[in-house]
Amino acid sequence: MSVEAVATDEAAQLVGAPSIRSRQWLVLLKATLRQTRGKIGLTLTTVIVGFALLGPLFAPHNPNAFVAVPNLAPGGHLLFGADALGRDVWSRFLHGGWTVLSMSLAATLIGVGLGLVVGLSAAYLGGWADEVLMRIADVFMAFPQIVLALLLVTAFGPKVYLIILCVGISHAPRVARVIRGAAQQVVERDFIKAAEAVGEPRRRVIFGELLPNVISPLLVEFGLRLTYSIGLIAGINFLGLGLQPPQADWGLMIQENRLSLTVQPMGVLLPIIAIALLTIGTNLLTDAFARAAIGIDRGGD
Amino acid sequence: MTRFLIRRILLGILILLLVSIVVFAATQGLPGNAARAILGRQATPARLAALTKQLHLNESAPAQYWHWLSGIVRGHLGTSAATQGSVSSLISAPLANSAFLVFISAIIAVPLSISLGVLMAVKRDKLTDHGLSTGTLLLAALPEFVIGIGLALLLATAYVWRALPSVSIIPPGEHAWDVPKVVVLPALTLILAVTPYISRIMRASMVEVLHSDYVTMARLKGLPNRTVIWRHAVPNAIVPAIQVSALQLAYMAGGIVVVEYVFSYNGIGTQLVNAVTNRDVPTVQALVMIIGAVYVLVNLLADLLTIVVTPRLRTAGR
Repeated sequence: MSVEAVATDEAAQLVGAPSIRSRQWLVLLKATLRQTRGKIGLTLTTVIVGFALLGPLFAPHNPNAFVAVPNLAPGGHLLFGADALGRDVWSRFLHGGWTVLSMSLAATLIGVGLGLVVGLSAAYLGGWADEVLMRIADVFMAFPQIVLALLLVTAFGPKVYLIILCVGISHAPRVARVIRGAAQQVVERDFIKAAEAVGEPRRRVIFGELLPNVISPLLVEFGLRLTYSIGLIAGINFLGLGLQPPQADWGLMIQENRLSLTVQPMGVLLPIIAIALLTIGTNLLTDAFARAAIGIDRGGD
Repeated sequence: MTRFLIRRILLGILILLLVSIVVFAATQGLPGNAARAILGRQATPARLAALTKQLHLNESAPAQYWHWLSGIVRGHLGTSAATQGSVSSLISAPLANSAFLVFISAIIAVPLSISLGVLMAVKRDKLTDHGLSTGTLLLAALPEFVIGIGLALLLATAYVWRALPSVSIIPPGEHAWDVPKVVVLPALTLILAVTPYISRIMRASMVEVLHSDYVTMARLKGLPNRTVIWRHAVPNAIVPAIQVSALQLAYMAGGIVVVEYVFSYNGIGTQLVNAVTNRDVPTVQALVMIIGAVYVLVNLLADLLTIVVTPRLRTAGR
């Protein structure tokens, strides 16, 4: 997707922010949660993650059991009615969150991790290595992410690990660009030269000296990419090209019930609202953190 | 500037070439013989051998790549594995429909979001600004299919207001512009998806410009507020917004995949999803190449526009 400009813009400002070491962590966290958007973001995220993780424990029915007539209206013996095949919507909803969550989290970790390594290396090594790494990043960015995912699904079929990998890899060049931009401004500083002069190995310089100075943009990227991962992964499942039936999953639920939208909207409404609140939550939290790190809201909202 | 232009175009072509290698390589991972996949299990060995030769499947991978690429460049997109017809005839009508959808969305979204950005900047820290800023921030978080289905629930079902069709069926032989009603919801979804980014960037750069000395100067000269904003501030604040607009236009090339599918709008997005579902490799390759080409082209256009609207860059390197 494409808030590259916004992301890069924010990251550029973040370099001036103090690096995060022990105590500053707490200050930053407090500054994040002092803002209204930080509080709302944390609350929404916690509630939806809670549903996703603990939901299966409270589901009244087996998510795959046929317990009613198809599209049974809400109320009666099923709180939110039955889906297009006669399964309990509420139970499927409670069971369907953790797939979205775990897949998105895994994809984000892969993407941010890979992007971090590439971005730091490009900034530190400079020269032709930088040029090659960034041109490769350009090629991967010449695809809209969802199209890249569809291309791989065509080649290898709808495999869960493949979709996670693909979404992760498609995040990597975008993260790499931001991290490279942030790290480039640190590379020239004296303490890096000092570390080199003392003879610290390259890996130590990159991960011991450079990394702690790009933590703020890194965390902002993590939040941003997590928000997009949720949309992309749920989107791929919604297209029917990810998880396959009868798996209970929010994206897949929307796909399965969208044709009966006019008869029984609950099967679509519950997962749509959950995905919307989750992405809004992570986005607000990220935004609050970015503001805290830049220092706009330091000292009060 | 000419040198920059040539460099930029060459880079675009290089990226497209690399993209084509990735597209080709990804489909090489497919198990089984494509000829057998097309002919089915009952195919005689002779027919199989003939088709294998016709599709150049007996040649090395680089040779196959060359055949495929030279075909694409000359406009021969291959034969669809699903319909057995040519890919070009399969995707020409959807391509026009998608282009129309993106065009309509863009000519509404770009001026709308730039005006919103200006409004937010001018009303900075007032209620209008806070409301719009929060609204765009929330909207920016939502995946397109959530926006699309939300709109369908609000505007295309009896629950709130049944104003529009929930499924964008285009009768065979007709184009999207013949039945404008079906374009409204998909276009609205795309507009809502891109507006937050453009308007937020416009707001940020406009706020900066409004603080600059020459705007203060213009005000001190006693120019009316309207003149200061539209004649002096906006032209200087608009460059980042134009870049983001172009990026968003490129993004739409991918965004239409999901949005079209939500409304069953017959465009290249829906075609791509169908082709992936049927594992129709030639069609997938062609569509991905088209989307990639549009993406590269629009980004190139964004750079050109930036040069045209930035006087400093226009004269640099002459």
